[in-house]
Amino acid sequence: MSVEFRKALFADERDDNLVEVGKPTRRQDILGHVTGRSPFYDDHLFEGLLHMRCARSPHHHARIRSIDTAEAERMPGVVRVLTGADVPVNLNTLLSLMDFGRDDEPLLSTGKVGYRGEPVAAVIAESESQANDAVSRIRVVWEELPHVLDVEQALAPGAPVVNDAYPNNSFDYHDKYDHQKLRFGDVEAALAAADHVVEGRYEMSPIEQAPVETNGAIAAPETSDRLVCYTSTQALFFSLATAAKLLDISSSRLHFVGGTVGGGFGGKVDSIVEPMALLGCILTGRPVKFAWDRAEEMQVGAPRGGERWYLTDGVMNDGRIVARKFTGYFDAGAYTRLSSYAIVKATGHLPGPYTIPNVSSDILCVFTNRTPATAMRGFGITGVDFAIESHMDVVAHEIGMDPVEFRILNAYRDGDMKPHRRVAKNCALIECAQVAAEKANWRIGEAFRRMSSTRDGGGTRARIPPTVTDTDGRIGDRRAGRSAPGPRRTIAPTPSEPFAPSPAPDAPPVRGPSISPPAPAAPPVAAPSRPAPPPTPAYSHPVAAPAYDPQRQPAPPAAQDPPSRPSRYSRFATNAGLRRR
Amino acid sequence: MARKPVQFRLNGMDKAVFVDDGANLLDVLRRGVGDLSTKRGCAQGGCGACTVLIDGVPFLGCLTLAETVEGREVATAAGLPADGSHPLQEAFMANFAAQCGFCTPGMLMSALALLESTPHPDREQVVEALSGNICRCTGYEPIIDAVLDAANQRKESWQ
Repeated sequence: MSVEFRKALFADERDDNLVEVGKPTRRQDILGHVTGRSPFYDDHLFEGLLHMRCARSPHHHARIRSIDTAEAERMPGVVRVLTGADVPVNLNTLLSLMDFGRDDEPLLSTGKVGYRGEPVAAVIAESESQANDAVSRIRVVWEELPHVLDVEQALAPGAPVVNDAYPNNSFDYHDKYDHQKLRFGDVEAALAAADHVVEGRYEMSPIEQAPVETNGAIAAPETSDRLVCYTSTQALFFSLATAAKLLDISSSRLHFVGGTVGGGFGGKVDSIVEPMALLGCILTGRPVKFAWDRAEEMQVGAPRGGERWYLTDGVMNDGRIVARKFTGYFDAGAYTRLSSYAIVKATGHLPGPYTIPNVSSDILCVFTNRTPATAMRGFGITGVDFAIESHMDVVAHEIGMDPVEFRILNAYRDGDMKPHRRVAKNCALIECAQVAAEKANWRIGEAFRRMSSTRDGGGTRARIPPTVTDTDGRIGDRRAGRSAPGPRRTIAPTPSEPFAPSPAPDAPPVRGPSISPPAPAAPPVAAPSRPAPPPTPAYSHPVAAPAYDPQRQPAPPAAQDPPSRPSRYSRFATNAGLRRR
Repeated sequence: MARKPVQFRLNGMDKAVFVDDGANLLDVLRRGVGDLSTKRGCAQGGCGACTVLIDGVPFLGCLTLAETVEGREVATAAGLPADGSHPLQEAFMANFAAQCGFCTPGMLMSALALLESTPHPDREQVVEALSGNICRCTGYEPIIDAVLDAANQRKESWQ
């Protein structure tokens, strides 16, 4: 595959003495792969290996009246049958290792189950088929409970309580808020003053990681009273510490071996198979393997969670987005796992790579009677990016603007203020959009071909606006069954004070050097992270971009002074030449 | 449970093993004779990770009764050179045709069977030959490229 470099872009900021980039390379582990010798967890043979299988809930939501294992224990080859009573510490949450959230999930459930496939007992037998046969003889008396499978229904009054640790069916952040908030500027006032208000609803289904190697682990006794665990985990020390907590043993007694993962994609971080195999090993004194079969991998393996998003944009006739409001619902399934963290990531990602002076977001981590959700490739970001970019197209269409030009016009530029009060730097969306349009033979206006991430950012765009806050969702005020922050209708009454979005409505959408300096009232402006580069041949006439014109006939360039910033400034955060992060 | 003696050749070596009634070839290869190169992805014929050659023809180890290989020649990825010097191995390495590597032994076996029967396959034939092997990491393009590369550099006969 050939790589095309656009070395003219940011040429003054980059060391082009690249050692690896653009050159073919070999994976360091590929010889093992092509000779069948890469040691996956199951590629270790143990004399007398036992096999563990789980009895699971057939219901979405049910109380466990009783579990009768007597018949299973008499089945051929059965060495041991386990229930929740055999688990030393039978309540955990994955992120308890960093003190984030309440312990809310048992390893083997005892009181009730919150999703179909939740394990309630396990059989350890001489062979896998014997373990399977015995599992079918475990008798559980269930009392089926009403279930809820939709995030918004789960927040409606009277919804069944999914997870006893969170009786409101949503995760509590730091015991302070029932959702993750973001506030920047005054969204309601800006929406009221906008020329257009465009709403959208977007939804992403859960997605199973589906690695070809299923989740599994083998635990075996080791010398010096230690236990060795060969595992498929993607998070070796995370799994080790989780196992130590659930089994109430010192982590120094656990010897984890991993690092060769048969596909993970986020689906092998939940640290379930390791404590189960170790518990079996402790109880039997023999090597025990616990592996999900394919059906379990698909049914109970935690997927990327489903997400639902409501977006409301306020847009001016010239294409500037002046307000963006989000309401998001993450479907955590029955237990928290990593969904709470995914929402923190999502919030940090808003409002997408665009400079918008008024942004608000409320995201709830909602419990439903679905399979618990966990990590998968960019989780927390992928769903909301889908929503944002879909909405960008919808908004561009609504106001009659080219979708690529609409993105270029609103893109972050170096020196702009993000809603998290961090200054944007190393921006390149404008350049990416320009190159993509060129590659796709998508014609964009001359003014948009001339725009640059390195010019016209900062200034008034670096301001932190006066921000309207609220106490909505503060824990203590909240009753069970309270409605979530809704997709509210957003045309607010005329604000009592004139709304002055940044930039001011009468200013050109993209300020060039000819624009007057920031108003005296503006707070101190963060220094731009890099200077404007000298004009390149491709951008031979740096101009103040005109207002968007549907006819694509940009106004004549305004007279201007050359940029006065230092001409060389490192684009990189370190001397190693690596971009930040 | 009745156990049955089975003798077969595995990568050119004689093997004799007792197998349980109904045991599948995948489990017998891995646990019975210790050939761990053949992978278990689904155990239901869906993923192709356990593809082996029986007398040169690709079979799914998980769906093959172990006793049916009596007297036959079984080939697995463990029979390929340990230094990766087989042209197909070299092509996989050069084309970045593996990421996690779990599907690779099965891919290699399917590709070997194709090149044995069709020395100069076109792209469509390679796609068809690998259609029973699931890869979840790399995408299929580098794998298909690797098989085509190997065909172009093929020696007179595959081992």
